[in-house]
Amino acid sequence: MPTFVYMTRCDGCGHCVDICPSDIMHIDKTYRRAYNIEPNMCWECYSCVKACPQNAIDARGYADFAPLGHSVRALREEAKGTISWRLKFRDGREKNFVSPIRTTPWGSIKGPAEYDAPPAEDLASQALAHEPDSLKVAGGLPTLTRGRLKLKLA
Amino acid sequence: MLAINPFAALPATIPPAVMQAYVVAMIVLVAAGTLFDILHKGSARYFFDNWRRSKGRARNELGSGALASIAVRTAVVDVLASGEFCSARRRVAHLLTMYGFLLYVVSTVVMVFSRSTSDIWPHLWWLGGVMVCVGGYWFWFFIRADVAAEGNSPLRLMRADLFVLSLLASVTFGLIWAFLQVNGGGGAMVFFALYILATTVLFGSVPWSKFAHMFFKPAAAFEKRMSLANGTRANLPGPADKPEQFGSARTAPRHY
Repeated sequence: MPTFVYMTRCDGCGHCVDICPSDIMHIDKTYRRAYNIEPNMCWECYSCVKACPQNAIDARGYADFAPLGHSVRALREEAKGTISWRLKFRDGREKNFVSPIRTTPWGSIKGPAEYDAPPAEDLASQALAHEPDSLKVAGGLPTLTRGRLKLKLA
Repeated sequence: MLAINPFAALPATIPPAVMQAYVVAMIVLVAAGTLFDILHKGSARYFFDNWRRSKGRARNELGSGALASIAVRTAVVDVLASGEFCSARRRVAHLLTMYGFLLYVVSTVVMVFSRSTSDIWPHLWWLGGVMVCVGGYWFWFFIRADVAAEGNSPLRLMRADLFVLSLLASVTFGLIWAFLQVNGGGGAMVFFALYILATTVLFGSVPWSKFAHMFFKPAAAFEKRMSLANGTRANLPGPADKPEQFGSARTAPRHY
């Protein structure tokens, strides 16, 4: 279900623009409000829905498989550590869920640009930049050794 | 300099009646532009449709007292204190620009229409102008959101900038004109012409700019508060009632 923005509620802060993994949340050139420029490319991760401090972003399914009248909305309460969901069906039934936030607090992870540039000789390494430190694997990445490649026959 | 009415020195070249007619024309342009905006975009119809829909689904019946209370809270918190902003920086910049604009416009009207010799109005005019410049330039250069992934220039102009930039141009040219006029610098009339041009663009572009947000944003804030009070909450779930069971103690958001 791709997302859309209630323009009257959006205040143009740009959090959805920053968090969207598909880079499809943009700022409208006429009113400086957020909007989804490419709903068919939305992978429905709900990141923008949860990030919006104004609760201005909603999701709706395509009319062919999700007829109008339903609603799925999420409320992220960082201070409580919860995400609440409210599902409304077309026939009036309603379901409410509360689940814990399982991700680390926003802003607590270093971005790629905040790490020192790796030395040139690391290009010859099998490891990606900043591995294994960024994976918090002490002593290096686990690797297969010749002794562990013996064929075991039953 | 700060105690001199900058419009008082103009009658030698521009009669007061012309200045007063210009101010009235700007007020008419704003009123006509706002009405056109409401009719053309259907914003009033959207607001009342939402109102009826929300009322039809209401879980709690709201009396006139409750509605009056919501209206007062909307006016005090959302309008006068810009309470809807989640970011403190954006809120401060908006408050500076909003109150600066009000001071600037009211003192301009008073100085053009009255022959009062009180020096409070020129002071308020300068104060309002400086507040608009601080809040407006801060917003435009450092706060406004853009799509970083597209690598746009920080100086890129688009239609959404029409309101804030014409406001900043009007105030900046107005302050420069007043400064040059009092201190005898050359080019005062050039800046006066630029001031009039920018002011005409500001008040004449209401249907195409964000000027009308000062009318529809309070309506949207009222509707949001009403949906929370009557239980519809725009289909949003209610606040989690068992965070100690389902969640974990976390710090307050730092990214807002």
